[in-house]
Amino acid sequence: MKKIEAIIKPFKLDDVKEALNDKGIKGMTLSEVKGYGRQKGHKEIYRGAEYIVDFIPKIKLELIVEASQVDEVVECIRQAALTGKIGDGKIFVLPVEEVVRVRTGETGKEAI
Amino acid sequence: MIQAGDTAFVLASAGLVLLMTPGLALFYAGMVRSKNVLGTIMQSLIMISVISIEWVIIGYSMSFGPDVNGLVGDLSWFALNSVGQAPSANYATTIPQNVFMIYQCMFAIITPALITGAFAERMRFAPFILFSLLWTILVYNPVCHWIWGTGGWLANKGVLDFAGGLVVHLTSGAAALAAVLVLGPRKGFGKQNFMPHNLPMTVLGTGLLWFGWFGFNGGSALAANGIAATAFVSTHLAGMAGMAMWTLVEWLHRKQPTTLGAASGAIAGLATVTPAAGFVSPMSAIVIGLLAGIICYTAVTFKNIVGLDDSLDVVGIHGVGGVVGTICLGIFASRAVNPGGSDGLLAGNTAFLGTQIFGVLVVGVYAFVLSWILLKIIDMVVGLRVSQENEVTGLDLSEHSETAYN
Repeated sequence: MKKIEAIIKPFKLDDVKEALNDKGIKGMTLSEVKGYGRQKGHKEIYRGAEYIVDFIPKIKLELIVEASQVDEVVECIRQAALTGKIGDGKIFVLPVEEVVRVRTGETGKEAI
Repeated sequence: MIQAGDTAFVLASAGLVLLMTPGLALFYAGMVRSKNVLGTIMQSLIMISVISIEWVIIGYSMSFGPDVNGLVGDLSWFALNSVGQAPSANYATTIPQNVFMIYQCMFAIITPALITGAFAERMRFAPFILFSLLWTILVYNPVCHWIWGTGGWLANKGVLDFAGGLVVHLTSGAAALAAVLVLGPRKGFGKQNFMPHNLPMTVLGTGLLWFGWFGFNGGSALAANGIAATAFVSTHLAGMAGMAMWTLVEWLHRKQPTTLGAASGAIAGLATVTPAAGFVSPMSAIVIGLLAGIICYTAVTFKNIVGLDDSLDVVGIHGVGGVVGTICLGIFASRAVNPGGSDGLLAGNTAFLGTQIFGVLVVGVYAFVLSWILLKIIDMVVGLRVSQENEVTGLDLSEHSETAYN
């Protein structure tokens, strides 16, 4: 099992969610995050004082999939989140040791 | 002889002016960070209690009571002794004196509240209360007497101030400059972003201030007459012109027109026309508003260059506005508009402009020096600033044990 963490542009969330749904991925966790990488922040002006805002709002998606599905799901997210411009985001894949469903106590694949 | 219309109008105006203080609280609170909203609101709001009690006990008597050498009123009207329903012999003779007293009370309340924008987000509550009370007694009351009190020495020299360009805006602006110098900048100034946390709140405050300003300036005619209407019209026109000009200049200079710029320009225009409102023609009021927009914008930009942390621009908007408006009155005043006023430069009277500049210098220097000394003494005795830790935590929690947004 693997965990996929995808940082994407907020306006691409619906596209990514739909694409994943079409692939049969029916669950994910979402957080509103802020960050920056190569994409520069923006400038805000208040009574002539300029503030550079480095941290740009992004969406972080987290989902757990079977190892065999990883390539397909990552590519699906990548395609759906793509605009071709700097700031499209990043996708991380991490190993997951165990998954437990709280309600039933099921573990592993069954619990995803 | 009491006139019902005048009495009703000044009472209603007093209500309008009171509303400006909570309006100012919202105007300021929108511009601070979310951890300092309540601390900022409280610094304006509590003035309603602190200054009202000061005013009825000694403030009114010091400001308008029987003159002592042109400098201050004596204390024979202590605790409103002999101030009742009978009209005063000297002030607003067509309304009960207690109406005049409560109307003037509202001016005394908002003036120290204006100063709070300069030291926003870093002053402890107790020394703030002490400062505001002593400042009102030592700065506001005497200056009010000099200009509006019968026998006041600046009034005798011919200095005019219709509704408080000197008495309210320059005194608070000069005190703000002293406060900025004595307290120093906020922790992280120039490094961290101090972005306004809620500009819609600031716009709501702008609306309440503008609405209240009709009572502030219109009511200063102290009668429901043509002068009140002139002041009302001037007020509106300068406010709109200030907003238009600030927005336009910012659009050209910064490539974007901002909401905070529009709100700031409106307040700059309203503050600047205050000394002139009942003495100038509508077209002059528009010019005054336009000048306010560009000059106050420049002042605020200059502050950013020199690196003074006048957090909410009390100096750049109220101080500079009070100076510009008082000098503009020396230029645009017209006896044709108000026979009780003066003719200004444009009507061929150079001397009056000199008188107004003299008034600016006297009031500006007096208010600055007294405020600086007061702040230094209070700082030495009890300390003005919150601890570094509390400054990071925010005033809402450290001074008031509450938070605005939960």
